[in-house]
Amino acid sequence: MSQGVAITGIGIISAIGNNVAENYASLISGKIGISKITQIETVHKNEIMVGEIAAQNDTLEKLLNLDADAYSRTPMIGIIAAQEAIANAKISNINDCTTGLISGTTVGGMDKTEQYFYDFYENDLHWNHITGLGAGDTTKKIANFIGLKESFVTTISTACSSAANAIMLGARMIKSGQLDRVIVGGTDAMSKFTLNGFKTLMIQSDTFNAPFDENRKGLNLGEAAAYLVLESDKIIARDNKKVLAYVKGYGNSNDAYHQTASSEQGDGAVLAMEKALNVAGLSPDAIDYVNAHGTATPNNDLSEGRALLRVFGANVPEFSSTKAFTGHTLAAAGGVEAVYSVLALQNNIIYPNLNFKTPMKEFDLCPETNLKQKELKTVLSNSFGFGGNCSTVIFSKEA
Amino acid sequence: MKKSVYINSVGSVSPQNTLDNSVFLDEIVNYEDTTLAVISPNYKEFIPPAAARRMAKGIKMSTASAKTALSEAQIEESAVDAIIVGTGLGCIGDSEKFIKDIIDNDEQYLTPTRFIQSSHNTVAGQIALGMGCKGHNFTYVHSSSSFESSLLDAKMQLEENEAKHILVGGVDELVDHHENTHRFIGHIKKTPVHTNALLTSKSKGAVFSEGANFFLLSNEKTNSVYSQLIALKTFNTIALERIESLATDFLSENNLSIKDIDLIVMGNNGDIEFDAYYDELSNNIFKETPQAYYKHLSGEFDTASAFGFWLANKILKNQNIPKAVQMNSIQPEKLQTILLYNQYRGENQSFVLLKGC
Repeated sequence: MSQGVAITGIGIISAIGNNVAENYASLISGKIGISKITQIETVHKNEIMVGEIAAQNDTLEKLLNLDADAYSRTPMIGIIAAQEAIANAKISNINDCTTGLISGTTVGGMDKTEQYFYDFYENDLHWNHITGLGAGDTTKKIANFIGLKESFVTTISTACSSAANAIMLGARMIKSGQLDRVIVGGTDAMSKFTLNGFKTLMIQSDTFNAPFDENRKGLNLGEAAAYLVLESDKIIARDNKKVLAYVKGYGNSNDAYHQTASSEQGDGAVLAMEKALNVAGLSPDAIDYVNAHGTATPNNDLSEGRALLRVFGANVPEFSSTKAFTGHTLAAAGGVEAVYSVLALQNNIIYPNLNFKTPMKEFDLCPETNLKQKELKTVLSNSFGFGGNCSTVIFSKEA
Repeated sequence: MKKSVYINSVGSVSPQNTLDNSVFLDEIVNYEDTTLAVISPNYKEFIPPAAARRMAKGIKMSTASAKTALSEAQIEESAVDAIIVGTGLGCIGDSEKFIKDIIDNDEQYLTPTRFIQSSHNTVAGQIALGMGCKGHNFTYVHSSSSFESSLLDAKMQLEENEAKHILVGGVDELVDHHENTHRFIGHIKKTPVHTNALLTSKSKGAVFSEGANFFLLSNEKTNSVYSQLIALKTFNTIALERIESLATDFLSENNLSIKDIDLIVMGNNGDIEFDAYYDELSNNIFKETPQAYYKHLSGEFDTASAFGFWLANKILKNQNIPKAVQMNSIQPEKLQTILLYNQYRGENQSFVLLKGC
């Protein structure tokens, strides 16, 4: 059995594209998805910038052949990304081996809950959304759409590291032989709930987010869904599958410092990266590129930067945050950046960290600001969340 | 060689007097209602009052339950390698209040506490923060298999010796808007049901409730050991006509047959629309097997099966099945192997196998 777990399919929908090809084209042409908010009516519309998926709900409903207002936006974008990943992995019968689904989400059906919160008391028109608030309901809808029956299906919600943790659990279940195939990732749509929540924390930027910049003003919220298909060696051999990349290492750790903020020295992030390197059997110098969490909040970027210095010492590899393109897509972020990491490996490309001008005064770390060609064997991706949750996944070309 | 996984201690906050581990359902608290609330522990014993004031109920219940489990196992908090929590809805009371605040105040004058506590992983995060536990910290939020997902994660890590001690729990709180809206759609029973009459209520819906049940799982026994976790499996869907064969398959995958099961603990909630799954097993292949149920005591919530897990562990340790939970009159010859089966509205079904130590 190889050490890495094979990735055979990827799928994504985000503010910079409705599929993998569009996302990649945006990444290499510098096309960002950050704008004023258009799809949610909010009093904050002039004070914030967000990363919205272009398609409105009615477009998504038509695409999925759903009745109007049948589903929350979160499962709809989740289905689109999961279906692309499954098609990309050339799976014709999802139940032809032991297949599971592990999905991360934080908001689930919150968009509909907040829309109809009081309407539920007035009439029964929107009662279909009552059970949609449970995060598991989003995953259930995706599972039903892709045809999973009598299967292992679960949902992880560890805030902004949810999808990274879904990849981690999926890889462990393939390794332990409990699953032959698993679809892993996450989905989160925009909601007033998160817009206002991050507003109360005062970490939302009113302009384009600038990860790792001295004058960064906070994050732009984004929405996205992204999934990977992981398959066992047995299925790779059985179906003569093309492998896109491997999940080589992973680690989760808790900062145990503060309910929302990261510790000053990035303790949890260091532990997560060290665990992932250990599982991968790699030393830090084997990492060719770091796709950073880099939310552009004052706290995250300082903490993550210090953690990078602690893990890599004087030899921090090229690193960049792609959140200037997509915004911070919360539970989906680890999935989005997993897809970008696979594409980076396939194309030997490092994405630019947009909007970076001035190094932070605490250290002399500069992210890669240009699109750069480099032979990549391994990419390390970080995702950190509320509750001190820190996750790292390492992707590689070789098993 | 995979290591064995043991349940070394328990902590339960429920609508029954379950937090005191020296007793075991000696006195049943009877209700006649459509929803139940937990019997509040004396939180001062577990949480400094100043901190407790702003804490969501889910966090408080979990802290009491988790601390009870840790003190019973007599292990240092620093020995806990990971924390894994299952919760259907997290601290949903704060989520509801935050939505209300957004709507009622037109997105103005909001404060962060309610938003922060709305994050599903607040409980796992807060426990880690309180204990200074920097290990693996996961939260599973998949309806009625949230707790079982947590168990599965813990089991894998302990078997592979990636961790030695893992705190695993299930928690959900019952709050107003959730209750009101679930009454609208008929998921809560329309008329009150007495604790003793749940299975004969012959009505739709369940008696909704809340609770926090935490356990210390380890790959070595401590003096307080309750049981060994042999296997578990979850299914997103099962058709009614498939339940028998999936139950039999699960047992045979673990080299067991029906007659090896000394007791089956089932999640019947008295919903005439969905109890057919349980009836299918109890009236057929497990007809001759001693049977127990618990949702008349715990009520129904996404992680109610963690109360069932608590019950099965107590039964194995005490070698006694309280009368109140017996579903048929068949008495076991021994109490060694227990099968748990749960589902909610036909979905997210699970089998769990426990063995006495």
